[in-house]
Amino acid sequence: MSRNAQAAAGDSLSDEILRFSDVSMRYGRGPEVLSNVSLSLPRGSFHFITGVSGAGKSSLLKLIYLAARPSSGTFRLFGDDVATMTARDLTMARRKIGVVFQDLLLLDHLSAFDNTALPLRIAGHKAADYRSDVAELLTWVGLGSRMNALPPTLAGGEKQRLAIARAVVNRPEILLADEPTGNVDHEMALRIYRLFVEMNRLGTTVIIATHDQDLVARSGRPVLHLEKGRLKPLPPQGPVT
Amino acid sequence: MSEAFDTARWRPAAFLPEKDARDPALIFVIAVLCFLACLTALGALAGDRGARGWTGQLVGEATVVVRARGGETPDAAAARAAEALAGLPGVTEVRALEKEKAYDLIRPWIGDVADLDDLPVPRLVAVTLDRKAPATAALLDQALKRQKLDAVVDDHSIWIKDIRRAAGVVRSTAIAIFMLIAAAAAAIVAFATRAGLAARRDVVEVLHLTGAEDSQIASLFELRFARIAAVSGAIGAASAGALGGVLRMMGGGEGLTPALPIAWIDLLAVLPCPVLAALVAAIAARLTARRLIKDL
Repeated sequence: MSRNAQAAAGDSLSDEILRFSDVSMRYGRGPEVLSNVSLSLPRGSFHFITGVSGAGKSSLLKLIYLAARPSSGTFRLFGDDVATMTARDLTMARRKIGVVFQDLLLLDHLSAFDNTALPLRIAGHKAADYRSDVAELLTWVGLGSRMNALPPTLAGGEKQRLAIARAVVNRPEILLADEPTGNVDHEMALRIYRLFVEMNRLGTTVIIATHDQDLVARSGRPVLHLEKGRLKPLPPQGPVT
Repeated sequence: MSEAFDTARWRPAAFLPEKDARDPALIFVIAVLCFLACLTALGALAGDRGARGWTGQLVGEATVVVRARGGETPDAAAARAAEALAGLPGVTEVRALEKEKAYDLIRPWIGDVADLDDLPVPRLVAVTLDRKAPATAALLDQALKRQKLDAVVDDHSIWIKDIRRAAGVVRSTAIAIFMLIAAAAAAIVAFATRAGLAARRDVVEVLHLTGAEDSQIASLFELRFARIAAVSGAIGAASAGALGGVLRMMGGGEGLTPALPIAWIDLLAVLPCPVLAALVAAIAARLTARRLIKDL
């Protein structure tokens, strides 16, 4: 079975973390950005989403991190149909998802430490309980000396790592990243990828939307390939160097 | 370059930026509204006190107009009327006014008259009533009729009714203006909340997607605008209180005019202003923020 088929087959896995059944999505009255997507991802899996710009990668991620709703079809997350979830259920589900947004969405008025601690504070944890964890995580992503720095003073790669630290700080069940290596050099891209692998090794389901075919090819991970909003078989890849 | 960061001393920063360039303008507008609201409250209190003072005076008094008939002299008729009324329940004092006093009352209309005896000026009897249980006009009238006197009792009820109606209108108008100002303040806060949410959409979006509950996010804006409104309310209330104090000092015991007698105690009415302003702002901000967050 090909890598793409393996991912999209929608095998009835007993421990699936999410399932799309014939899901379509449109923004307002615009055209469909996702059409009849069906897939099932097992808990603890690691997938890439690929496709050209406008293929629907970010829209698929938005559905998963509950920033948008399907216009048709069924989306089950953590075993529940999202359409029947209450506002409270959705909030609780969001707390189990870490997201590295394409434009990072760091809060410029908060220090790197405060940005990273954000999900823990929102979840109601006490500062005394997570202070050292946050410091340790920032050190782990190479920002140990920049904890007090405001995002506008950080370099591109540092911002990227800060966004990743915020996404993983509360040990999410799903980690989503939208073009996390888009604005960094090759070496930094590999470092970031290793962070995701480490998270996955710890049990987190990882889904990365990327244009970086080289990274995808090197990883050997399953791929969800989107073309014009539809899941398609992965096109033939060039030789990996 | 390494920065000193003491994890143990770290305290969570506010989710919303502490300062906003638009805050001074918002504080000014809400302070002006609070100032006007406080002045309205002071005006209503002063008007109410004026009306109560007038009605209080009128309720405690009645005037009887006595005309002599037959061969009786006006002085004798007035004396008989005073005698008939004295001792009635609800009457504390009765005085027959001299001819000159009655003439003084009508002088503005008839001018100087050389010989008062030529003028059939009716005599007046001033009756002071018991304030707690005043005698009614009907009781006074019956007592005068029993003595076969040609007399008319004026218990000032028409005036009292007019003054009470005027006081009621002043009160209602003040309440309406007060409510209008409160609504204007709420609308301004709602507008500012919308602007604040639009300006801080990045923060709201991150909080929302990171798992903050709608009420958590709304409470940030609620607290922020409540604080701004409390400060504005304090400024408005202090300004109105200062103006009230100046008017009280300028006008002495009667206030600026006898119609609006401001008392020192009235100035206490401005005290709840900061709390009320904060409450209105908090409610307006909460409702607006929750509605907007729902649309995210």
